[in-house]
Amino acid sequence: MEKVLMKGNEAIGHAAIRGGCRYFFGYPITPQNEVPEYMSRELPKAGGVFLQAESEIAAINMVYGAAGAGARVMTSSSSPGIALKQEGISYICGSELPCVIVNISRGGPGLGGIQPSQADYFQSTRGGGNGDYRLIVFAPANIQEAADLMTEAFDIADFYRNPVMLLGDGMIGQMMEPVEFRDPPHRDLPPKEWATTGTGGTRKPNIVSSLRLDPAELEKLNERLQEKYRAMEENEVRYEMFATEDAEFVFVAYGTASRIVKNAIQELRAVGVKAGLIRPITLWPFPERAFDELPESVRALMSVEMSHGQMIDDVKISANGRWPVGFYGRSGGMIPRQQDVVAACRSMLVEVK
Amino acid sequence: MPVVFEKTKGLTDVQFHYCPGCTHGIIHRLVGEVLEEMELLGDAIGVAPVGCAVLAYDYFNCDMHEAAHGRAPAMATGVKRVLPDKTVFAYQGDGDLASIGTAEIVHAAHRGENITVIFVNNAIYGMTGGQMAPTTMVGQKTTTSPLGRDPRHCGYPIRISEMLATIRGAAFIERVSVHNPAHIRKAKKAVRSAFETQRDRRGFSMVEVLSTCPTNWGMSPVDALSWVKENMIPYYPLGNFRHPEKEVQYGN
Repeated sequence: MEKVLMKGNEAIGHAAIRGGCRYFFGYPITPQNEVPEYMSRELPKAGGVFLQAESEIAAINMVYGAAGAGARVMTSSSSPGIALKQEGISYICGSELPCVIVNISRGGPGLGGIQPSQADYFQSTRGGGNGDYRLIVFAPANIQEAADLMTEAFDIADFYRNPVMLLGDGMIGQMMEPVEFRDPPHRDLPPKEWATTGTGGTRKPNIVSSLRLDPAELEKLNERLQEKYRAMEENEVRYEMFATEDAEFVFVAYGTASRIVKNAIQELRAVGVKAGLIRPITLWPFPERAFDELPESVRALMSVEMSHGQMIDDVKISANGRWPVGFYGRSGGMIPRQQDVVAACRSMLVEVK
Repeated sequence: MPVVFEKTKGLTDVQFHYCPGCTHGIIHRLVGEVLEEMELLGDAIGVAPVGCAVLAYDYFNCDMHEAAHGRAPAMATGVKRVLPDKTVFAYQGDGDLASIGTAEIVHAAHRGENITVIFVNNAIYGMTGGQMAPTTMVGQKTTTSPLGRDPRHCGYPIRISEMLATIRGAAFIERVSVHNPAHIRKAKKAVRSAFETQRDRRGFSMVEVLSTCPTNWGMSPVDALSWVKENMIPYYPLGNFRHPEKEVQYGN
C-alpha cells in the first residue's frame, strides 16, 4: 500500500478499523477529537458502531459492556478524560476483558492545558485505578509507529484478555506525516468462549465480573493476573537502541521527546560527544533489559521527558545504581529545545568527570 | 399429583443472600418468569448493579455482567450496541440508579437505548448498612440522617420515573409496587410490557418497583410492606408514565 499523508489522530482511527475495531465509545476532549470524528464517519461504513457517550465514565463502561459481549472495541481521550476512565479500566482488567484505550495526552494537573505533554506516564503505567493491575502501554514516536501499534493492539488485547493503551502526546495526535497501513504479525487467538452473547439455551451462563468476595478467590484472580503480566514482560517489551554501541552518554526518552533527543545526539556527535538513546516503545512493560545491553563506555544516563520526571523512576530502577541518572524536562505543554538538551548533557558530563 | 407451581427457569438454584422479608426475591422472580415466558432466557444478557443486588449475576439464569456503581445503563448500552438483537436488561437499586448513576440512566433514556431497566426503590442504601438515599422519605431516619431526612438540608426525595418520563427516548416508564399479591401481579405485567417494548424496538423501558428494606428500616417484614403502602405510595404514585402506544405527554 502507498504512503498517505495523514494527521496522527486520523491515522490512529484508520489503523484501529484495520485492526478489526468495530465499536467506539468516546467523549470530546482536545487534543484527540479527530479520533472520534474520524470514527463517527468511518466506523459505520465498516459495519461498526460509533457512539458519543455522555461522559468519559460512561464511555469506558460502554467499552466494558461491549468487550464483555466479545467485540473489538476502543475508546480515546486525553489526560483529564483518562483520569475519569481509570475506574472502568480497573474493572476491565479485573474482569479480564480486551479493549484498546488511546490517550493523546496534554499538560496537567487538573484541567491543565491542551498542548502536548508526557505527564501521564504515572497514570498510564502505574495503574491509575485501584488494585494490582497493568496495561500494556505503547508510546509511538511517529505516526507510522502509531498506526502499526494501533492495528496490532487489538490482537494483543485479545491475546492477553487485557486492555492495551496507546499513549501519544498531543504532538503525535495533531501533526501530519506520511504513513503506510500495514498488517501486524499473525497471532493465534483463541475463540471468545467467555463472551456474553446469550446462552442460546445450550451452555451455562457466562458472567463478566471483577467481584470476588471470598479473599482466597480474589487472591487467585490476582495471581492469575500477575502470571499474565509476567508473560507480557517476557514477550511484549519493545524498544529502540539508537547510537548506543560506542556511547559514553545515554539518553532515555520516548514519543515526541525522543525525536528531539535524536537531533541533539547528532549535534553532540558532530562535536565529538558520543551520545546515544534508549527509546522505550512499551512504557509498560518497561524495557529494563535495554540497560543491560549498554556498553562499558557509558558513564551517565539522562531521562528527557515532557514532564518534571516520571519515567525517570523506571530509568533509575533499570540503571540499578550502575550509572548516575540525570534529568531534563519541560512541562505544561512546553517542548524541550534541542540546544537545551545538548546543554544538559554537556553539563552532566562535566559533573560526572 | 399435578404440579401447580414451579420455580422459574429464569433463576438459578443459587440461594439468595437477601435479608428475610426483603422484596428483591419477589422482583427477581418476576423478571425471571417474564424472561422465561417470553422465551428470552437464551438471548438475554443482564447487568447487575452495585448494592444489595450485586450478586444478581449468580441468580439470573442467563449471561450476566456485573457493573461498576451506577454504570449499569452504560454497560448495558455497550452490550446492546454489539448485540442489537439480544435482550439486554439492567437491574439497579436506588443508590445505584438515583444517586451515583443519574447521568447514565438519564442518557440511556435520552438516547432511547433499547434496553430494559428494573429499578428497585426501597428509599435507602441497603448493602452498605442503611444510609440515606436520594429517594429516602422526608423525616425517614437512616444512619446518615439520624434525626430524619430534613429537606432544608438535603432536599426532597427524587422521583425518577416522573423525571425520565420527560425524556422523549423513554418509551415505557411505569412505577409499581410489590407490597401485596394484587400489586405483584400488576408489577409482573409492567415488567412484561417493558421487555415487549424492547422486543418491539420501541426504545428505552424502565419499571420502578417500590420495595422494602425491613433490616435497615428497622421493621418486621409485614410492617415494612404496610410502610410502602402508607408512606411511599402517596409520594411515589403508582402508574404508567410512558407507554409506546400512548400519546406522548411532554410533546415530541
